Amino acid sequence: MSEQVVRVPGESSQAVALEHAAHGHGASPHGASAHGHDEHHGALHHHFEDMAQQRESISLGMWGFLATEVMMFGGLFFVYTLYRWASAVKAHEAGMYDPFFVGSQLLNHPLGLANTFVLLFSSLTMAMAVHYAVDQNRKMLKRMLALTWILGLTFLVVKGIEWRADYYEGIVPYYNWNPIHILSQMHINHPNHFAAGVEHLVNTAHLQMYFVIYFCMTGLHAIHMIIGLGVVGWVYWLAGKGHFEGGNDQPVEILGLYWHFVDIVWVFLFPLLYLIAGHMPKGIGH
Amino acid sequence: MAHSAKHQVEKVSHHEPEHGGHDDGHVHVPPLTYYKVFFALMVLLVATYGFALVDLGILNVPIALAIAVSKAVLIILFFMHVKYNTAMVKIFSITGFVFVAIMFALTFADYMTRTWLPNPGH
Repeated sequence: MSEQVVRVPGESSQAVALEHAAHGHGASPHGASAHGHDEHHGALHHHFEDMAQQRESISLGMWGFLATEVMMFGGLFFVYTLYRWASAVKAHEAGMYDPFFVGSQLLNHPLGLANTFVLLFSSLTMAMAVHYAVDQNRKMLKRMLALTWILGLTFLVVKGIEWRADYYEGIVPYYNWNPIHILSQMHINHPNHFAAGVEHLVNTAHLQMYFVIYFCMTGLHAIHMIIGLGVVGWVYWLAGKGHFEGGNDQPVEILGLYWHFVDIVWVFLFPLLYLIAGHMPKGIGH
Repeated sequence: MAHSAKHQVEKVSHHEPEHGGHDDGHVHVPPLTYYKVFFALMVLLVATYGFALVDLGILNVPIALAIAVSKAVLIILFFMHVKYNTAMVKIFSITGFVFVAIMFALTFADYMTRTWLPNPGH
């Protein structure tokens, strides 16, 4: 219904010429030479045939970059998958708790859930910002960018709170790894059972690997959030100067692509790191 | 030729009329669509947390992944405009995930078959 038609170069110039004639502007022989003829054509770079091709090319470039980002995070997700699987197998053989389950129980689930909501909402505000950029509504564009920025900052503040708590609980690998105390106070919730003090029931080396993965993945994600906040702030400043008007709204769109991508990464991180279901090891307290 | 070009311009019009009448590839998504997608994302978020509270054994991970993939698909198609973009953009948007799938498939084919053959020295 709204599919873009692939254009033959030159054919769209004819279409542009026809539209010019229809709107009484007078026929213009070639789109590329019509700089300043129309507000949109001011945004057309000389090496593109028309705005449609320019927009598609810019989108493709951004998606090419996002493909490399998917591969980068994908590599970390692979490490996660491998260690989760391997440590679970070892734990079941030894009659111990799954280390990834224990690790996830040491995270702050309400804060993680709140952060997921914050990021999803920020994707909505970013989509609205792109919408207002296209509509050339400077006031609303700035407002949506500001909201997005505040939500992104909220996410990072909450993440910082979580990490600080992890540090004081002694579950930060290398910087403060002393998990015995917190493990001895843990109550593992299981539908039918309640266990207290799991320090002898989990492989702490594997548990440390869980937290290495947790901090590397949320850390890389946080770096992406910080970069995102920087660019959103810069775009906000440019928007105030009217930089995205006159057909030049696409930079806001590709910033949106980046922001949505970072949101999608978190959408996967949250259930995989926080919401791991666990079982009592066989033979314990049935 | 002129007639078909004009016809193609009209066919590309999106939900709202293009301003200026030019087809320049602008994507106009009504804000209501964004709100509906956000509502669906919220429902999926509740489902994410809800299913995690229930012990479904081996099904927990596939369900959590299916819900996460659904959220990602909604974000990609609507917030990132892929549904409204050209076929080329659609292909590019899938590419990264295809290569991640290859990486997972081939590397796990290695790891999961390591015990199948006797290993010299083990």
